[in-house]
Amino acid sequence: MVLVLAETTKGKFKKAAFEAVSYGYQTAQLLGTECAALVLGTASGAEELGKYGAAKVYHVQDASLDNLDSQVYTAIISELVGKLEGTVVILSHSSTGKSLLGRLAVRLNAGSVAGVNSLPSVEAGVFKVRKPVFSGKAISEFELRSPNKVLSLMGNSYQPKIVGAPATVENPNVSVPARRIKVKEVKRVEGITPLPEAELVVSAGRGMKGPENWGIVEELAQVMGATTACSRPVADADWRPHHEHVGQTGIAIRPNLYIAIGISGAIQHLAGVNNSKTIVVINKDPEAPFFKAADYGVVGDLFEVVPKLTAAYKKFKAEQGG
Amino acid sequence: MKLLVCVSKTPETTAKIAFTNNNSEFDTAGVQFIMNPYDEWYALVRAIELQEANGGTVTLINVGTADNDTIIRKGLAIGADDAVRVDAKPGSALFVAKQIAEYAKGKDFDIIFAGKETIDYNGAEVGAMIAEFLDLPFISFASHLELSGNVATVSRDIEGGTEVLEVATPFVLSASKDLAEQRIPNMRGIMMAKKKPLNVIPPVAFEDLAVINSYELPPAKTAVKLVNPEDMDELIRLLHEEAKVI
Ligand SMILES: Cc1cc2nc3c(=O)[nH]c(=O)nc-3n(C[C@H](O)[C@H](O)[C@H](O)COP(=O)(O)OP(=O)(O)OC[C@H]3O[C@@H](n4cnc5c(N)ncnc54)[C@H](O)[C@@H]3O)c2cc1C
Ligand SMILES: Nc1ncnc2c1ncn2[C@@H]1O[C@H](COP(=O)(O)O)[C@@H](O)[C@H]1O
Repeated sequence: MVLVLAETTKGKFKKAAFEAVSYGYQTAQLLGTECAALVLGTASGAEELGKYGAAKVYHVQDASLDNLDSQVYTAIISELVGKLEGTVVILSHSSTGKSLLGRLAVRLNAGSVAGVNSLPSVEAGVFKVRKPVFSGKAISEFELRSPNKVLSLMGNSYQPKIVGAPATVENPNVSVPARRIKVKEVKRVEGITPLPEAELVVSAGRGMKGPENWGIVEELAQVMGATTACSRPVADADWRPHHEHVGQTGIAIRPNLYIAIGISGAIQHLAGVNNSKTIVVINKDPEAPFFKAADYGVVGDLFEVVPKLTAAYKKFKAEQGG
Repeated sequence: MKLLVCVSKTPETTAKIAFTNNNSEFDTAGVQFIMNPYDEWYALVRAIELQEANGGTVTLINVGTADNDTIIRKGLAIGADDAVRVDAKPGSALFVAKQIAEYAKGKDFDIIFAGKETIDYNGAEVGAMIAEFLDLPFISFASHLELSGNVATVSRDIEGGTEVLEVATPFVLSASKDLAEQRIPNMRGIMMAKKKPLNVIPPVAFEDLAVINSYELPPAKTAVKLVNPEDMDELIRLLHEEAKVI
């Protein structure tokens, strides 16, 4: 069996959930088995996961599961897997999935790979899967030698596909242990797609000169529906909030489009963004290292270029009819 | 209080990434190694701060060979009291976690600290594995930790926000940025570190379930296409028609 944990935020399925179910479905096809999805906590529309290939959806509708407690989640997942040897558990490579992967590997006596970005291969019973290492500077191929396996899927690396119809949702009879970690508060920035899930990212660095100049960056992001990010010195100087810091010591992202404004492109910054599908660099220094990692470059003064780009995007949107 | 900090060794952040032995091994020639930044800057420093405030000991643990001793000594110079090195080549995350859990078993550590992830294998797995081996709660990506008696209040980074959590010791935590401020070892620390105990212990037998067969470098990026700064309509056109991302 392939068992996919489909994550939700505030009762709604994340894009990553559909990616994981699609990936799980394809993996199940490779292994000649079925894919089931698991939903933990309050959620609506669980039957929709069937469209992405879940033959069955288990939903444990218990509000104590709305926030992660890795011990509780592990107990439920391992009870569902039960004595089935040869189960592949698929998680999203998110704050939830990353916290569970290792626990499940121990509990299920399973080999694990964190952050896979392509389908596994199964040849002559040998299960291999690839993942980026060295912050995206290389790719390694893992071989998993245990009957059970646990993988976490990197966000935005696998396109969800509709392959079927809504599935029946079953409420399995599993015990939900008491949490040992108490949730006191959950603070979320409302209305903006969180960076790890954003498809479009507008990011700026020290070239901005000071926090008072960020208006042009925010305006570009707003008209594009993009999420804002920044380089490390900018967050360190408190010009921007820490959760915007991307790179080796910040967060690693892989959006479809990353626009870097006044960022030099130090190797530690690139480590967090070099897996983006398309990179645009705006920098007045033609020698800035970022141009080597870019798909499109604009050599110019950001204070002139960015407003022009915003205007051009607005025009484009108007021509597209909204 | 008794605190344990897991520290790993990683290539320095600007190191050239290359492979040898038919692309099956990382090429360490000319590579400088450092303590994993999440372990050194955040996990270790927060542990030392707690020890300074509440008394007790901070023990470092590393799974690795003798060439890791320089990094371990640096951790002692920053302020840990003693260190343990499990004398084995670190295989998979599961192997490393098993070794650390075996050492920690029955020693009543109040908090076991790990880093958010190692910057070479980017797994973020070891902390969760130790927690499961020892049947302890695990809080990942901690950016803030306060302790009052045996109850900890911890902020945890999640997508687009933070969770504020409460947990009683003992537990395992992984450190992300902001948990503490980096400390640079001073001369006195470096001198004292030479006299602090570094115990080398043998590994327990454990069969790896995940092995790396080979590595490859990502395909080389094609040269950048420069766009006239006066013509942002052209950039939009390229993003729409060529890159197809907007
Ligand atoms: C262990 C370690 C970990 C690190 N982790 C990270 C990390 O996670 N993320 C990260 O970002 N950094 C990280 N760094 C820091 C990194 O090395 C760089 O120092 C940092 O990324 C530089 O930020 P920046 O590009 O914003 O600033 P700078 O390097 O100062 O670059 C500013 C750029 O703006 C351009 N510019 C200036 N004015 C204009 C203008 N008017 N118009 C257009 N362009 C302009 C300049 O040409 C320059 O290229 C790390 C460093 C170390 C040692
Ligand atoms: N060989 C090791 N020895 C001690 N601790 C380690 C080792 N490898 C990883 N760790 C710890 O586990 C954390 C997460 O590592 P990883 O799961 O490899 O990303 C690191 O930040 C360290 O705290």
